[in-house]
Amino acid sequence: MSGKTTGVAHQVLSSAGLLALIAILGTGLLAAVNELTRERIAEQERQALIRQLGRVLPEGAYDNDPLGDTLTLRHDSLSRSDEAVRVYRARKGEQPVAVVLDHVAPDGYNGDIQLLTSILADGRISGVRVVSHRETPGLGDPIEAERSDWILAFTGRSLEDPEPERWGVTRDGGVFDQFTGATITPRAVVEAVQRALEYHQANRDALYRRNEQKRDD
Amino acid sequence: MTERPRLKQVFMDGLWHQNTGLVVLLGLCPLLAVTGTVVNGLGLGLATLLTLVASNLSVSWLRGLLRPEIRIPAFVLIIASVVTVIQLLMQAFVHDLYRVLGIFIPLIVTNCAIIGRAEAFASRHHPLAAMVDGLATGLGFCLTLVLLGALRELLGRGTLLSQAHLMFGEAGRALELTVLPHYEGFLLAILPPGAFIGLGLLVAARNWLQARRVRRSAVLNKALGAA
Repeated sequence: MSGKTTGVAHQVLSSAGLLALIAILGTGLLAAVNELTRERIAEQERQALIRQLGRVLPEGAYDNDPLGDTLTLRHDSLSRSDEAVRVYRARKGEQPVAVVLDHVAPDGYNGDIQLLTSILADGRISGVRVVSHRETPGLGDPIEAERSDWILAFTGRSLEDPEPERWGVTRDGGVFDQFTGATITPRAVVEAVQRALEYHQANRDALYRRNEQKRDD
Repeated sequence: MTERPRLKQVFMDGLWHQNTGLVVLLGLCPLLAVTGTVVNGLGLGLATLLTLVASNLSVSWLRGLLRPEIRIPAFVLIIASVVTVIQLLMQAFVHDLYRVLGIFIPLIVTNCAIIGRAEAFASRHHPLAAMVDGLATGLGFCLTLVLLGALRELLGRGTLLSQAHLMFGEAGRALELTVLPHYEGFLLAILPPGAFIGLGLLVAARNWLQARRVRRSAVLNKALGAA
């Protein structure tokens, strides 16, 4: 009887040991691959961000590195209230050129639409791009610059152009087109961009202020 | 160990007779979710193919050590490690594609086809056969994803291989085909119901082809028998 118990104990222990060995091998492999790819992944993410910022910022108008000149803020009009909004600042010398807000339109047809909106120091938009969204393919996805030119209609606009009551989609009496079968998606984007402009107008100097973490106001 | 399987048979089983997507109907979650375009299907298909080969090889190497009572957790550990390695590699080398496929890469872990092959085949056969089995099963799955992606992309958007640059770099743009210019689009094909209907059509097509093959070989055998 005791021999049998020892046998079982032995079996359980050796099984557990074997499982632990496999876990250690797996973890070791992961650690090694992680070590080998970490720098490259960070660099790829940086490059992807540089490409995205390059699409919305005016080319050649700034000489700093906006990726190294950022600030983080929280505001209800730019994201869901608990989420941080990242702001990239472009400058020429000490002169402010533009800020890029990485903000959210929370009221898309399928949840959040992540946007990059670049606002020049004079309040005009130099570009808007959709970073990620889950809108209906075929209906809502013309907001992507790869699928249609719709998002380019924001370029050059400001809070005064068009006048505030015309800042909306055609269905709401505004100047921005909606898509066949989809009004909610473009409406969400238009309103989010307008809110970003309003935030910029109210907080312009704070947005460009150096080396200070700005909090909710 | 059972008797050595014939590799050609193993290959044909994975690719055709036991095709994961069309016959066994395993791994339908990624199959239905990412097949909106050819490129997405191909990306996930290749990632799954790599996972299958690597996990089958590892399981087969370790099969002498694996006891029945711990083989399932051991399979899960092996598959999870392999998938995470592939995820890191994709993030490092095909970053844009990784951004598109996003959540579906880690979900390869839950593709029951992989643990199914580990249990049913790799843990009972030598590494070479296990590798061939992984390759064939993966190819079969990948082809299904690409076919379904092509069907849905063509019907839904009138293009093929759009956004190929995500996978092949800038040279990939030359591969992008607009098959039907000025196409209005057929939304149903892109939405989830289109995935189910498309898969149904593919399963039907495969069954029809298979039935025809069987009929032909029956006729042939009869003719040979009569002669």
